[in-house]
Amino acid sequence: MQKIMVCIKRVVDYNVRVRVKPDGSGVMLDGVKMSVNPFDEIALEEALRIKERGGNIEVVAVSIGVADTQQQLRTALAMGADRAILVQTQVPVEPLTAAQTFLALAKKEQPDLIFLGKQAIDDDANQTGQMLAAIWERPQATYASKVEITGGKAAVTREIDAGLETIEIDLPAVVTVDLRLNEPRYVKLPDIMKAKKKPLEVTSLEALGISAGVLLTTVKTEPPAQRQKGVMVKDVAELVDVLKKKGLI
Amino acid sequence: MHKVLIVGEHDGKTLNPATAKCVTCAKGVPDAEITVVLLGADTAAVAAQAAALAGVKSVLRVDRPENQHPLAAIFAPQLVALASDYTHVFGPSTSFGKDLMPRIAALLGAPQVSDLMAVEAGYRFRRPIYAGNAIVTVEADPARKLVATVRVASFEAAATGGNAAVESKTLAVTLPSHTRYVGAKTGSTDRPDLQTAKRVVSGGRALGSAENFKLLFGFADKIGAAVGASRAAVDAGYAPNEMQVGQTGKIISPDIYIAIGISGAIQHLTGIKDARTIVAINKDSEAPIFEVADVGLVGDLFQIVPEFERLLGT
Repeated sequence: MQKIMVCIKRVVDYNVRVRVKPDGSGVMLDGVKMSVNPFDEIALEEALRIKERGGNIEVVAVSIGVADTQQQLRTALAMGADRAILVQTQVPVEPLTAAQTFLALAKKEQPDLIFLGKQAIDDDANQTGQMLAAIWERPQATYASKVEITGGKAAVTREIDAGLETIEIDLPAVVTVDLRLNEPRYVKLPDIMKAKKKPLEVTSLEALGISAGVLLTTVKTEPPAQRQKGVMVKDVAELVDVLKKKGLI
Repeated sequence: MHKVLIVGEHDGKTLNPATAKCVTCAKGVPDAEITVVLLGADTAAVAAQAAALAGVKSVLRVDRPENQHPLAAIFAPQLVALASDYTHVFGPSTSFGKDLMPRIAALLGAPQVSDLMAVEAGYRFRRPIYAGNAIVTVEADPARKLVATVRVASFEAAATGGNAAVESKTLAVTLPSHTRYVGAKTGSTDRPDLQTAKRVVSGGRALGSAENFKLLFGFADKIGAAVGASRAAVDAGYAPNEMQVGQTGKIISPDIYIAIGISGAIQHLTGIKDARTIVAINKDSEAPIFEVADVGLVGDLFQIVPEFERLLGT
């Protein structure tokens, strides 16, 4: 194991309550706090822990996005990534384009392992990791809650609907991570200072030979349907009564 | 005419109810001819179940030893080979479908609509983004195939009574050996499956301990309910993760959802908003769960739950 690539997305911070624009053209993003996608933070943390267990491993954080995405890559560098690459674009990219871009980077960087979050909390697509593995023609282990690397293989425990499943994959491979894999570290001030000196390369889709396709066009954005406020009951007897009347119990 | 291929989910014995929900979704595609494909070591039993779903025209069986376990890297190339005859390829938005479908979409160079919640036209769909805080309508190019994961909470299961033709397929596809199944550890199956149960009892951090959480099991068994948990309860170690309900766990649509000691974080509400009736029991009258509850009761759950159970017994 020599190199781990971690794919990071700049997203609206998970604490922000996202609101739909009145004209239905999207969600309000002006002045909203942006952060590293929380699942990607877990992905980076796992890469750093593997590096810290020993061996001469380089961790490269990569992202696709607007110029300000450098902020999120600096956070990744402060957490402990060795260097970063930003594929700068003004246009939001779809999962397949993101996968093609990461593949282009993987061909240059030749990582043994690529980590991503299982999904980004903005579009909730849950596609990029699987798509990257598909077009890279390599194994995928999604929703990882445990990753054990021995030689050229990884045993990955996955969170599935019925519980946990373990698969073994040959490296290089793509692993997408779930919530319970680890708890990401907090960044300390000296690390932020140090991160400013770490290399951050900026490139473009064009330089990588990628044309951003539009396979899905968003024609409308709406707020979700609201539930009507219900009734409050005073005690258990009344609760049982209401539910019996509704034929629910 | 549209030809929809549904990737059926099963465990070799039982067809997952999510598949019947995908059938209902596919019926919404105008002028659709629906095929269910089953990959497995021996799919005879589940093929019969799929053939009985009303609205299914045909069932394809792809039996080979390598298909014993649903590995995306093994399944995807076979499904890509089959997909050439179809306009749409649907799978359930379960951990099975979410893992598999993007691998198929990428190999087809096709767009994927994740968590499809409504079909508006053959190539126009609605889906949630930002944990359900916004709903987008998306359009795809009819010249390409369309891949989707179907948000099972948004659709009723298709009825039975159908009689589709079952056909066995042999595909000349070379499968990779780089991905191997090792094993699984699944929870108890005595209770109804959380994802598809008509009744769900769910507990939050207010339960206070894994020991106290057992209070809910007795209650759930009394009313034949599945048991869920909030992310806070899972994070605190009171309940295993497969019981987690919410955006980061399972998204469910039972007839009745009883939230006990759950405050109602946005990510939890995202997972339950398709429940027909939400009952909330919480000691904090200001808890956000009461904003979405159809019936609310403020009080101490440790008194309310035993009394609830007792009153139901009479």
